[in-house]
Amino acid sequence: MNIRDLTMVAWLVPAGPLLAFVLITLGVHRSRGLSRVLALVGIFVALVLSMILLSEVVRQPSLLTSLENMQDGKRLSWFRAGVEEAAIGVQVDLVDGAALGMVTIVCLMIFVYSLGYMHGDPKTSRFFAYISLFAGAMLGALVVDNLLAFFIFWEIMGTCSYLLIGFWWERESAYKAALKAFLVTKTGDAFMLLGLVLLYSQVGTLSYAGLFDQATVSKLAQTPFIGGVSVATMAALLLFGGTIGKSAQLPLHVWLPDAMEGPTPVSALIHAATMVSAGVYLMIRAYPLLEASQAMPVLAVVGTVTAVYAAVVALAQRDIKRVLAFSTISQLGYMVAALGIGAYAASVFHLITHAFFKALLFMAAGSVIHGMEHGHHQLHGHAVPQGEADFDPNDMALMGGLAFRMPVTAITFLIGSLSLSGFPLVTAGFWSKDEILAEAWRSSPSVFWALTVTAGLTGFYAARQIGLVFLGAPRSRVAVHARESGAVMVLPLVILALFSISLGWLGIPREFPLLGRVVPFHFMDLISHSISVGEDAAKALTGGSFVWQPLALSVLFGLGGLVAGWFVYSRYSARADKEFRDPVEGALSYLHTGWLYRAMVHRFYFDEAYQALFVRPTLALADAMALVDHRIIDGIVVSFASGFGGRGIILPAARAADRHLWDGLVNAVGAVSRSVAQVSLFLDTDLIDGAVNAIARGTRTLGRWVRRTQTGHLPDYLWNAFAIVLVLVAALLLFHRF
Amino acid sequence: MGASSVPLAWYLILGSALFCIGVYGVLATRNLVVIIMSIELMLNAVVLDLVAFARFIEPARVTGKAFGIILYATAAAEAALGLALVISIWRTENTVEVEEIDVLKG
Repeated sequence: MNIRDLTMVAWLVPAGPLLAFVLITLGVHRSRGLSRVLALVGIFVALVLSMILLSEVVRQPSLLTSLENMQDGKRLSWFRAGVEEAAIGVQVDLVDGAALGMVTIVCLMIFVYSLGYMHGDPKTSRFFAYISLFAGAMLGALVVDNLLAFFIFWEIMGTCSYLLIGFWWERESAYKAALKAFLVTKTGDAFMLLGLVLLYSQVGTLSYAGLFDQATVSKLAQTPFIGGVSVATMAALLLFGGTIGKSAQLPLHVWLPDAMEGPTPVSALIHAATMVSAGVYLMIRAYPLLEASQAMPVLAVVGTVTAVYAAVVALAQRDIKRVLAFSTISQLGYMVAALGIGAYAASVFHLITHAFFKALLFMAAGSVIHGMEHGHHQLHGHAVPQGEADFDPNDMALMGGLAFRMPVTAITFLIGSLSLSGFPLVTAGFWSKDEILAEAWRSSPSVFWALTVTAGLTGFYAARQIGLVFLGAPRSRVAVHARESGAVMVLPLVILALFSISLGWLGIPREFPLLGRVVPFHFMDLISHSISVGEDAAKALTGGSFVWQPLALSVLFGLGGLVAGWFVYSRYSARADKEFRDPVEGALSYLHTGWLYRAMVHRFYFDEAYQALFVRPTLALADAMALVDHRIIDGIVVSFASGFGGRGIILPAARAADRHLWDGLVNAVGAVSRSVAQVSLFLDTDLIDGAVNAIARGTRTLGRWVRRTQTGHLPDYLWNAFAIVLVLVAALLLFHRF
Repeated sequence: MGASSVPLAWYLILGSALFCIGVYGVLATRNLVVIIMSIELMLNAVVLDLVAFARFIEPARVTGKAFGIILYATAAAEAALGLALVISIWRTENTVEVEEIDVLKG
């Protein structure tokens, strides 16, 4: 396929879902069935086109990135402001190709799953329109070739996430969560926008090719900004601000757990395939800039701290989706940390594999929730009885023993969890996580140990979740009546489970004993060649030989966590106590660290702190302003009014002067006037009154007529204005000489 | 230049069409929010005409575009004010149907 056709294909990738969004919104939203079909067709077309692109890019990695191919015919002129012309083009390298494949496959699965999950929801059409827009924006962000267009798609995604998290806005918690997600991510976006401004002011372009080539980047690294910080460092940090918001890194991670208020397919879409990956993708795109700057340690620290923090918090959550949300934050921390220590290829690989197994986990969790809701209906019918109104289908404390009632969901969830915790050799998560850890071993021991401990914690909470949800005996009557979800929801789970295993084989490193030579395809090598980096980094990446210590340690910790969790929670679940008491809590209070468990449950009080630091002061300021408005401004106005009405307190002194001094004068003048008046009275009553009364009568009659137009109804006024405009235009046309 | 393929008249037709839709919306709908949206539509029609004229008559200068941007800022402020009014009407009258509101008369 020639370059021109491929460019067209790249342009058309986001078009399918975007077109589906437009058609559903403007045309067919009244028909739920047609809306669903349109959304599915849109994403399917995108999937086919992405696969074409991916296969071409794998064969010729530099096909759609090399500069001679970037010339005219590919870029559309967008707008011209002064001497600057903004153009949009497409650029697809291997990272984009792999991400496109991942996003379209995962999105298609999520769309199919949504058919079952949203069945019967009155807002189905709206839902499919939103997720189509979301998918289209993500695909657009991947194929474009400059940061400005990327930012626009990025913001479209932000808006979609707001709309989808608040999809069930009848619930107060849902719209609050939507607002929170929007505001928190916008905080990061503000920094990112500043970063774009800084880069544009320094380089004069925002295209990837112009910004991120070695010459420009090293020039930026030598340009000082403020206080010894180079422009490159400043810009990298500002862009990283966007990533912190979008990819939910500390300290802007607070929106992601709350985003669970949206429908479960949305959780899979936002937290696995699209939006959160976009933040990491931005850092991968900007990697040459990062590498030249001094911002890398910041990424490493933020990523590592986030990974550890989120894994610790995930240990104490009871909501099945919240555990997964924190696990997502933790895994995103892995990716950011990997970028921070220079392991960008491993980061890309983990991004891809994580998208698959996390989408799988979320959707399997959705299937569990669906089953629990079914059980609830079975038990109580549609009328919710007294005292059970606060039944929470997400609460793991009420589950248990679901493995026999929902076998397919249980097995796929198990595969996802094993992949998440890096079960050796067979799961995709093992290969990608191991790659990050191997790189960390080489470049930064402290990051390595933190991430390895996190791997252990990950294994533990994954096993905890499986134990609480699927093993042992049911802990509530609802769980007894839970039932497997329908085929349309289970099928995507099975497909994603297959990917969660087989995808890892693509990334087996060349140096790995035995397997490395069996596998014909080395994803990581390809990725390494598709990002332009300085020579040292390139050398460091290709020159590695296999080291067994990080592998052994990560397997030891990962399996250790899994086995420990398995041991604790399979025994715990078998007991089926009425009272839910988490063994983690028991263990911690036994060690006299019950405060630690409480802090974990409350996510280390981030939300409370933000509430106290930002939300309440803002609201208090608003209240204070309202008070100023009501009391002081209104007060001034009222006192003026009453002052002139004679009842105020400003005027008594003036009144006293009035009575004694001026009255005398006035009386004298009055007496004179009175005698004059006596004379004019005669003239007045007969002559003038007659005229005045006639005018008054005329006015009153006129008023009675005109009054009819003053109905107080807005449309009447508007119609009058419209009529007058018509008359004026007519007059203009008639009398004006053009 | 890319724009030469689209003649000025088309922009003006689009602007007029938008304006007429806005007028229709203002006059024919009963919901205050829709009326405000229609007013925005009319404003945007004007901005479109301005920018089109700027492009075709004096492409070298930015006066028309600057006017457009100022108009956008004004429109944003106006929308915020209008919506605040709607909310306050909703609070006092408990409706946003213009047929049911007749507090404009003194």
